[in-house]
Amino acid sequence: MNIPTNYVVALSAVLFTLGVVGVLIRRNAIIAFMSVELMLNAANLAFIAFARAQQQVSGHVFVFFVIAVAAAEVAVGLALIVTIFKAKHSIDVDQVSSLKG
Amino acid sequence: MTPDLILFLALALLAVATAVAMLASRSAVYSALFLVLNLVTVAILYLLLNAAFIAMVQVTVYAGAIMVLFLFVIMLLGSQQAAVGPDLPWQRTVSLVLGAALVALMGYVLLAGSRGTLLTATALLEGFGSPQSVGRVLFSEYMVPFEAVSTLLLAAMVGAIVLTRDERTEGR
Repeated sequence: MNIPTNYVVALSAVLFTLGVVGVLIRRNAIIAFMSVELMLNAANLAFIAFARAQQQVSGHVFVFFVIAVAAAEVAVGLALIVTIFKAKHSIDVDQVSSLKG
Repeated sequence: MTPDLILFLALALLAVATAVAMLASRSAVYSALFLVLNLVTVAILYLLLNAAFIAMVQVTVYAGAIMVLFLFVIMLLGSQQAAVGPDLPWQRTVSLVLGAALVALMGYVLLAGSRGTLLTATALLEGFGSPQSVGRVLFSEYMVPFEAVSTLLLAAMVGAIVLTRDERTEGR
């Protein structure tokens, strides 16, 4: 398929920015966490685009590792959110400010 | 405009629209479902970019397993009821300004850097990005990182169980 790599990287940049805005704008911890997934996904898209431009399958292998690490991160992160919700009865990110020393 | 380019632009528009809808929707369940749609759209983009194996991994692991975990936690917590405090007065404005600055910076870097030969599409090798080619590299060059990732997944599993364990039943 003949798609210019520039266009794919531009789309990746826009999706990454939307993820950053999501983390900044939303106070619901789960939505902020989903925005982080959006950012990882945008980075993966850039990896795939450059892997094709450089003819390197290593880029695909790295995306595979990123997805595996994201799965591990989600498991622990959601467990933390559940634990915080049990203690504070809220998933507002401001609730975690009581963790500071 | 080639058909490929039209298909890419339609998918790109859908990806951006679902990402914006995810951020804008009030309900966490709708947000999660819009994110699933976004991930599936990106998986189709991977197919267009000769990454068939990654597209399948994206659908099964990301859109399947990870998002089901998200939906499960949202419904378990009943976060529809869990009130989130009001936005800080400057939060929305500052976020949008910072986001615009970031996309402007990345756009500048992309425009400045695209004059080189890096971004020109070349003819692809036979079978590039197929499961065979990815598997051959994954299980030879990246064997040790692969084993490390499997250990990491085990550690994450144990960590999730330890974090959510009920303290009251610990003594039994």
